Amino acid sequence: MEPLMAITIGILFAAAIYMMLRRSIVKLVIGLMLLSNAANLLIFATAGMVRGAPPLVPEGLSAPEGMVADPLPQALVLTAIVIAFGVLSFAVVLVRRAWEIVRADDLDKMKDTDT
Amino acid sequence: MVKSGTLILNAAARLLLPLQLLFSLFLLLRGHDEPGGGFIAGLVAAGAFTLYLFAFGRPALNEMLKVSPRDLVGLGLLLGVLSTLPAWWVGEPFFTAQWWTIPVIDFKASTPLIFDIGVYLVVVGSVLTAITALVKTDQEEDEH
Amino acid sequence: MQLAVLGGFVVAGMAPLLHHWFGARTPLVMALLPASLAAWLIGQWSTISSGEVLLLEWAWVPGLDITLTFLIDGLAWLFAMLISVIGALVLVYSGEYLRGHRDLPRFLVVIIAFMMSMLGLVLADNLVTLFVFWELTSITSYLLIGFNHSDLAARKAALQGLLVTAGGGLALLAGFAMLAVAGESWSLAELTRRGELLRGHDLYTPLLVCILIGAFTKSAQFPFHFWLPNAMAAPTPVSAYLHSATMVKAGIYLLARLHPSLGGTETWVVTLSLVGALTMATGAFLAIQHTNIKKLLAYSTVMALGTLTMLLGIGTEGALVAFVVFLLGHSLYKGALFMVAGILDHETGTKDVTAMGGLRRVMPLTAAVAGLAALSLAGLPPVLGFVGKELMLESVLAADAWRPLILLLAFTAAFLTLAVAVIVVLRPFFVTPRETPRAPHEAPHAMLMGPALLAVLSLLFGLAPGLLDSLVGATVAGIGAPGAEVHLALWHGVNLPLLLSLASLLLGLLAYRHWDRLRARLSRLEPLMARGPEAGYEALMAGLVAVAGGQTRFLQNGHIRNYLVMTLLVLIGLVGHALFFRHTLELDFALTIYLHEAVVAGLMVAGAVAACVMRSRLAAVAALGVMGFSIALTFVLFSAPDLAITQLLVETLTVILLVLVLFRLPRFATLSTPLERLRDLAVASLTGGLITLLMLSVLSGERLPRISDYMIANSQPLGHGHNIVNVILVDIRALDTLGEIFVLALAAIGVYAMLRFHAEEYDARHHAPPPESDDG
Repeated sequence: MEPLMAITIGILFAAAIYMMLRRSIVKLVIGLMLLSNAANLLIFATAGMVRGAPPLVPEGLSAPEGMVADPLPQALVLTAIVIAFGVLSFAVVLVRRAWEIVRADDLDKMKDTDT
Repeated sequence: MVKSGTLILNAAARLLLPLQLLFSLFLLLRGHDEPGGGFIAGLVAAGAFTLYLFAFGRPALNEMLKVSPRDLVGLGLLLGVLSTLPAWWVGEPFFTAQWWTIPVIDFKASTPLIFDIGVYLVVVGSVLTAITALVKTDQEEDEH
Repeated sequence: MQLAVLGGFVVAGMAPLLHHWFGARTPLVMALLPASLAAWLIGQWSTISSGEVLLLEWAWVPGLDITLTFLIDGLAWLFAMLISVIGALVLVYSGEYLRGHRDLPRFLVVIIAFMMSMLGLVLADNLVTLFVFWELTSITSYLLIGFNHSDLAARKAALQGLLVTAGGGLALLAGFAMLAVAGESWSLAELTRRGELLRGHDLYTPLLVCILIGAFTKSAQFPFHFWLPNAMAAPTPVSAYLHSATMVKAGIYLLARLHPSLGGTETWVVTLSLVGALTMATGAFLAIQHTNIKKLLAYSTVMALGTLTMLLGIGTEGALVAFVVFLLGHSLYKGALFMVAGILDHETGTKDVTAMGGLRRVMPLTAAVAGLAALSLAGLPPVLGFVGKELMLESVLAADAWRPLILLLAFTAAFLTLAVAVIVVLRPFFVTPRETPRAPHEAPHAMLMGPALLAVLSLLFGLAPGLLDSLVGATVAGIGAPGAEVHLALWHGVNLPLLLSLASLLLGLLAYRHWDRLRARLSRLEPLMARGPEAGYEALMAGLVAVAGGQTRFLQNGHIRNYLVMTLLVLIGLVGHALFFRHTLELDFALTIYLHEAVVAGLMVAGAVAACVMRSRLAAVAALGVMGFSIALTFVLFSAPDLAITQLLVETLTVILLVLVLFRLPRFATLSTPLERLRDLAVASLTGGLITLLMLSVLSGERLPRISDYMIANSQPLGHGHNIVNVILVDIRALDTLGEIFVLALAAIGVYAMLRFHAEEYDARHHAPPPESDDG
């Protein structure tokens, strides 16, 4: 599954970067969302993808029997998902405020620091 | 953008809110042993309150919450930081988990649990802070 | 002692408060601090003079072997004494000089801070500590030179001084690091004992060069001498203190301190003697061209600093004795002369010696003090300067390397300095009286006390140099000639140095007689001077600004996508290069893919691509939703239930957020040309392809043991939890999580601030009650 995932993630990254290179600020936001999802998936998939063995210790045992999925990237990605949401909300509100003040959708028109 | 007051939404929100909150508490408490935990439970609760917000409007939500979501953020961070301190009390390194068993109900209390509650409050508070601020600003802009 | 120095900084910070209590008397009160330090030092004298070294240890950063240890031997004692005694006198003096100045408290804060930094510098045993104090003196001196911050010239001079000395400081830091590596210790006391090891080490030459750059910039050696005369923009008490007696001697101190560890090699001897002699002659030569009394003195200070460096370079026992005597003599007379210069400026309102004359009638005491100090500057009997100069000439005559050249330079410097000394006394105090901008009076006692004391000390030590024998002996012991028998005398009989002195006296007087003509002649050299080292500094600064401006315009052009493209291209270039040329890519996988998994991956791709090409915002958000839910499904399929739940919940909240915000924003617009889109597509595809390859090579590479094995094994026994992911989050890596919830909180507060603070202003503007008029 990993090679397929690698290609999928590559496409996700490409889509994210393409959108972040747009001049329209709304597209920038969409690019940002794609990017955070792609990054999360990358961390998750690079650790190896295991089917049907969640990192849980069965009741009554002190350690899981056999191979389980790597819990560490899962923990990292879990916080990353929530933080990505926080950052996204910050970004969209920033874009919105910028739009309200500058009234320009075009990032090229926002490049002056003192407007 | 946000219109409150459709009948089905109202009924659903009123009915669902207690259930969702109960579910979120359940997720929070069982999180150490099964899927769940502060982040997930916090998101569930935040979702529940958001639904309520859309059904009854911001004033109603404020009235029900009693505290400002921003205070929840502060309280959560405070709990998170406080949970690191008991280890010092017993002379162990900062952040070492401490476990106590509450005798009658046989409940395992611990600093990780306090920490997880902190996480829960921060997540609920943060999401609600952002969303209520957005809704309030929208309403004001619509008025002008 | 450490407490006294560190406490001194606290006292410095309290200066405004003290000023509030004591008013104009504050400088007197604050002078008690250096005075008591001097008293303490005198109390240690019996220990120091017997040749013992006082080590006061105090661990500062034990983990890095950095200590705040103070080392007091003869050398440190001499410097510390100079710093505290002259410091106390300067404080008293400045109380009068800056009487009623509205920035007096600020002046006191900085000068006390400087004093403490300087003390720390000369007392420090640890290289890092020394460096910290070294930089502190640079910073405080910057603030002092730029004290009159409304004056452009002062600001420029301050910046120049800072850049030159701090630039040298960087070199010094590198030098210290190498020194510590080579000598295997950060302690100066240790390093002094490891001279053999250091001189033979491979790093010797680079570390010496770095340290010398640091010392030369600080002590205004050629070609870095230009900052010192410019620093005369400082108030005169500052010049008297920093630029004659203390800070500029920091470099000299360092060289003296390191002389036992690094000195004696050919590189050392030749570099120091030549640079010193050159500085000496340059200083004297430039001095003679100026009529501003402070500049005259400043250049003669450059001359003196050169002399000291040269003597350290020569490095024989005689030269070291001459070094100590000259150092002491110079501090005494130069401090006095600067304070006299301040008095003249204060009383007459001008600094130009050609604009003054005949002042001895109105200010006889000042004239007497100036006369004594100038005798010492000129190197005439019966004052300490004479003893110092004779010893200097004697050791130059005994120098090994480049003797004729050094002798010539030293002799030139000697007679030009004599001329300077004559100018400084005769011009203002004798010749015909002139009208000055202000009607001069005798200086107030507080201003006269300092220079008078210093001048009398010059005379006392000149008449009875034997008083200094033990001090000079103890100091020389600290800089590489232990056990030297020192017997100073005013009269050495008729010998070669005396004859040279006589010759320089005659030439000097001649130079004074024809001073005006000499200046006119020398002014023709100005185009040449304009190409001096200072022009190099100016060009360097201009070049720096131009380069900074150019690169800013090129790199920081305000287009976010240009930043992104640049960053990505660098990433693709570097990582791609490493991937293809340093690493063989093996793509060998056992593929097991179930249909439903492939479908989920396909949905993900379809969602992402659709989000890019959709023309409506709603459709784009829906496409993103498809992708997000497919990701959640992936988490479900591949054993990550916590992630799946989180992703689902966040997806829901994201839709709410986008609905609230995105639809307040403008519709999608196509702004770029097809060519630009093609370029962006290329960059994006390259990056995506690189990520894919990178991930494949990570997966095909050798698997290191997972660090999570420990976590899996101990989650239940130690963490008392069955959900390993949660145990990691709230227990094993809880500090991480704590940081993350802080980020989340910050993001939320940021959102709130952006939306609400603006809105509250808006409310205030639109709903504010009409202003009530008082007079209506």
